[in-house]
Amino acid sequence: MSAARPAWDEAYNFAYLDEQTKRMIRRALLKALAVPGYQVPFGGREMPLAYGWGTGGMQVTASVIGPSDTLKVIDQGADDTTNAVSIRRFFQRVTGVNTTEATEQADIIQTRHRIPEVPLREGQILVYQVPQPEPLRKLEPRETETRKMHGFGEYGLMHVRLYEDIARFGHIATTYSYPVMVNGRYLMSPTPIPKFDNPKMRNNPAIQLFGAGREKRIYAIPPYTRVESLDFEDHPFEVQRWPHACALCGSRESYLDEVVLDDSGGRMFVCSDTHYCATRRAAGHSGAMAEGSVARALAPSAGKQEDSHERA
Amino acid sequence: MSALEAVTAPRAAVRPLLRVCGLSKSYGETVGCVDVSFTLYPGEVIGIVGESGSGKSTLLNLLCAQLEPDAGTVEYDVGGEGLRDVFCLPEPQRRRLMRTDWGLVHQNPRDGLRMDVSAGGNVGERLMAVGARHYGAIRGEALDWLSRVELDGGRIDDRPKHFSGGMQQRLQIARNLVTRPRLVFMDEPTGGLDVSVQARLLDLLRGLVREMGIAAVVVTHDLAVVRLLADRLMVMRRGRVVEEGLTDQVLDDPHHPYTQLLVSSVLQV
Ligand SMILES: Nc1ncnc2c1ncn2[C@@H]1O[C@H](COP(=O)(O)OP(=O)(O)OP(=O)(O)O)[C@@H](O)[C@H]1O
Ligand SMILES: [Mg+2]
Ligand SMILES: [Zn+2]
Repeated sequence: MSAARPAWDEAYNFAYLDEQTKRMIRRALLKALAVPGYQVPFGGREMPLAYGWGTGGMQVTASVIGPSDTLKVIDQGADDTTNAVSIRRFFQRVTGVNTTEATEQADIIQTRHRIPEVPLREGQILVYQVPQPEPLRKLEPRETETRKMHGFGEYGLMHVRLYEDIARFGHIATTYSYPVMVNGRYLMSPTPIPKFDNPKMRNNPAIQLFGAGREKRIYAIPPYTRVESLDFEDHPFEVQRWPHACALCGSRESYLDEVVLDDSGGRMFVCSDTHYCATRRAAGHSGAMAEGSVARALAPSAGKQEDSHERA
Repeated sequence: MSALEAVTAPRAAVRPLLRVCGLSKSYGETVGCVDVSFTLYPGEVIGIVGESGSGKSTLLNLLCAQLEPDAGTVEYDVGGEGLRDVFCLPEPQRRRLMRTDWGLVHQNPRDGLRMDVSAGGNVGERLMAVGARHYGAIRGEALDWLSRVELDGGRIDDRPKHFSGGMQQRLQIARNLVTRPRLVFMDEPTGGLDVSVQARLLDLLRGLVREMGIAAVVVTHDLAVVRLLADRLMVMRRGRVVEEGLTDQVLDDPHHPYTQLLVSSVLQV
């Protein structure tokens, strides 16, 4: 089976990290899986990328990946952004594993800010890059205090934040990093995914792992776990909806990004999940602009505006 | 039988709310408070007076478990089920007490309010902490409390950093009383306010405390405050209680020379 798979660059240990570090991270992962939503500190290592480029997620991926795994890397749903491409190349070089853009063919999917549209299955692992693991940090800057709040399940303050949203905007205006309760016990930051993706975390057959490089924290959601988005009885949690379908594939189910077409204010909405969109188009689905030259000129993510979120 | 015991004798049938025994705390060489004991009954307001540095805030912080004593005990009637040493309670339970059954009004509203959260959110925080999950109901309750402390309901979405000192103090009171605590600790509740604002705040506090039957421990160096609010009085000097009794008796007929000095100096003002 040697010919099928390229060997990795043997200047490095398999998956870059040394075996002892990987074991240490795996122990943290097991603990995180045993206590869903709980932030486990770990002795993070330096990775050959700056913090803010997914070093936490990379350490998790490096610790769970095996030579026969297939890896997919996405950044806000796209496989072809600089961040996704450089992480994918890095793992190709230090593991020699196969990579894919097809969600259903991946064993491990490392992601920044999205959950794929195609439902995940048992045996898959979704690795999230985490810029700020502590959902209470903006409300309570003291680490000693947030630790107690988690320990004692004192989460009223999170509802104060949602209350403030409604008081100011008439509805819960938080659209990403929307806080969730995991397994009815721990308050958890879902990372800056859009709240559109929150329901996908619930009862997901895949393993969901979260790595925060700068803060050196790991947390996890085991398969088939209860994940609830916080809300009020009279202001229930709702996901984003769009009045239009994807301009390229016509999907009305997916998360859409706004793409600016020209200087005169022209714009269209397309799937943020590039693989999902391409697959639908290949299967014959099309949207309003699918046949236009504009659409051909634009790869689905080409004109995508860089979001203002903190990088993971 | 001491004068104080004689006074409290008719209450013998009522169970104490708070019992303090031999409470001492020092900061290295500096005396905080020494061997303080007293008992507080439901609905009773006790004043603690004394000059600056006499140990009033130290005592108050020990009582509400913000500080650990070197010696002595603080017992509280947790959940109406009898006295329990608050320092032996599991921490989550003590913290729960802090945001339900107790109130803590700080001298500086900045310490007792969330300055970047709206007035409504400040009042609603305790309700949400004990599980309120209906926005409309929380807001209704917040509006009700704003009016009870004479704040304009139209300011409900404004942040307290835009409020005057007196308004901030009233908001702090509303934020504490919304869970109908049985015991409120106040450190110089009218300190730093204009005299006319002080007087109105005192009237308001007295009305609420009486109406709700709240017990309170009020620390102040202002004898006018205790005259108006407190049923009983403790006079502190260098960390020790040098005189105690019914407020009017202590103020009108002080026995300890230090109390006499305090009273006479206030009369000169
Ligand atoms: N954190 C601390 N560290 C060291 N010494 C302290 C501390 N807090 C208070 N003290 C000292 O303990 C003594 C009692 O202080 P405390 O603050 O209890 O007095 P107070 O009666 O509240 O005074 P004031 O009227 O000025 O508020 C003072 O000598 C004070 O300097
Ligand atoms: Mg003081
Ligand atoms: Zn599409």
